Amino acid sequence: MTFLTRDLACQQAVELVTDYLEGRLSRRHRKRFERHLAGCPNCSAYLDQIRQTINLTGQMTPESLEPAARDELIDLFRKYTRDPDQAD
Amino acid sequence: MVRAVGNEADLLGRLREHDETAFVELVEAYHTRLVRFAQTFVSSGPAAEDVAQDTWVAVIKGLERFEERSSLQTWLFRICANRARTRSGIDYRLLPIGAPGATVGRDHFDSKGAWIDPPEPWPDIDDRLAAATLAPLALAAIDGLPEPQRQVVTLRDVEGLSSQETCEVLSISEANQRVLLHRARTRVRAAIAPASRGGST
Ligand SMILES: [Zn+2]
Repeated sequence: MTFLTRDLACQQAVELVTDYLEGRLSRRHRKRFERHLAGCPNCSAYLDQIRQTINLTGQMTPESLEPAARDELIDLFRKYTRDPDQAD
Repeated sequence: MVRAVGNEADLLGRLREHDETAFVELVEAYHTRLVRFAQTFVSSGPAAEDVAQDTWVAVIKGLERFEERSSLQTWLFRICANRARTRSGIDYRLLPIGAPGATVGRDHFDSKGAWIDPPEPWPDIDDRLAAATLAPLALAAIDGLPEPQRQVVTLRDVEGLSSQETCEVLSISEANQRVLLHRARTRVRAAIAPASRGGST
């Protein structure tokens, strides 16, 4: 039991970050991970940076649709809805 | 972030009646996102545009057969993935995912697994200016990822799909999805870390 409850090393903790954020750690492993974080500012900073990375990635707005591309797609729609059997 | 379409059932009903305004709504919301996603499979911009066009043709033709077991969004990205795979000619089922293993470089830790060079705290990068500096770095890092990682992180973190949707789109298991996501996020973080340190002004 001492072996199982032994504290995580930082190197192991950082590899659990995604499982933790995805809610895929068992209760026991989650507790162990959170105990590590509580005592380790470095891994806490790391987790925080992963969170910030996710936020940053989520801010990449898609380009807006060019009017020419839009018109081309509307033409496609007209073509395939007018005469669906002949499509291709 | 991601623009969603309004009422999906309503939109689908209108599409099935060949309502052009419904199609325009869908295209406005998704076309450039599909192109961006297609780029994770095919190398060139024009090829990605073609894949997105193929996707729309398949969508128009498939409207009658679309069963609302998955969301419209999942369906769109899934068709796009399949079109892109067909075009690139790569059999993605044969691409190795690799075993889960260490992703944060070993050299950051000593023999006991403790940090040698702990992460330096970042300033608040939620700040707009900082985000403007860091976003291109994150984008370049994503572009440089191995394809499966790039596809997963694009769907999850750029497009905001759930893990279940991402698995459906890419036909991969939840466990594989998680391994790929973990590696991708680890690498994106590492790519922006140097610029985040010591402020980004
Ligand atoms: Zn630690």
